[in-house]
Amino acid sequence: MSHPHEEVRHQSSPYATRIRAIEALLLEKGILTEAEVQDRISYMEARSPANGAKLAARAWVDPRFKERLLSDTKAAARELGIDASGPVEFVVLENTPKVHNLIVCTLCSCYPRAILGRPPDWYKSFDYRSRAVREPRVVMREFGFEPPEDVEVAVHDSTADLRYMVLPMQPSGTEHMSEEELADLVTRDALIGVNVPQTPTTRSG
Amino acid sequence: MTAFEPGDRVRVRPANKPGHVRTPGYLKGKTGWVESVLGEFRNPEDLAYGLSGVPERPLYKVAFRQADLWDGYEGPADDLLYADVYEQWLEQDQGGVA
Repeated sequence: MSHPHEEVRHQSSPYATRIRAIEALLLEKGILTEAEVQDRISYMEARSPANGAKLAARAWVDPRFKERLLSDTKAAARELGIDASGPVEFVVLENTPKVHNLIVCTLCSCYPRAILGRPPDWYKSFDYRSRAVREPRVVMREFGFEPPEDVEVAVHDSTADLRYMVLPMQPSGTEHMSEEELADLVTRDALIGVNVPQTPTTRSG
Repeated sequence: MTAFEPGDRVRVRPANKPGHVRTPGYLKGKTGWVESVLGEFRNPEDLAYGLSGVPERPLYKVAFRQADLWDGYEGPADDLLYADVYEQWLEQDQGGVA
């Protein structure tokens, strides 16, 4: 599971050292409490791509839920017990047979954190941020996905106050699967749009 | 009232502004169209300096043809790029060269 570059986190980078110093100062001056910091960490750790997978799978099995997800993402998330409240607005972009959506933030690393948690390291990389807008089809190919030429690729650069998440298309041949099984097919990469959910090769039952 | 409506041809101002900017450099001077009006938000370019960010500024989802953004774009001419751009960074497209 662990990637070589993740070890960097265990070292104290200048940024980490600076953040810890700022945190210590905020606590010392009474601007933040230790409990508030811990609450924020718990909030972020409780969020993961599994939330996005649940939303996508429900949208696949329930067209009316899908409409609500596309029109009012926060309310739809609340229906499934996912707390996406907060000042940031969410937009779910639906992939169709004609349009495939891809999300990037070229200015920093804006990401639907209140739903999916922290973004993957590559999403924050200069490489992804510069290439996803310039050559999205090449980037997707590197992730193992090649949209047909007659499918429009729409890149969404989250430059301002909205956060985007992709609703992938349900893979063919999965109509018999349960909502829980379908959710297992939805990866974080598919929710960003660099890949799509795959039809499982072996079927149970 | 917003200055632009969906469908309006717009150009991203090719201006340089010091400090925090929420309009990516690769869009400056490029022409696209307003896809939708996203609402009004406190100006992040002021919020970045601890200012109030008011009055709120209209924010637009602007669409661009990838072929208009990059020389030698690898992909079909229909591929699009959308970005969220604040009104102060947009001007009416005067027509002419796309």
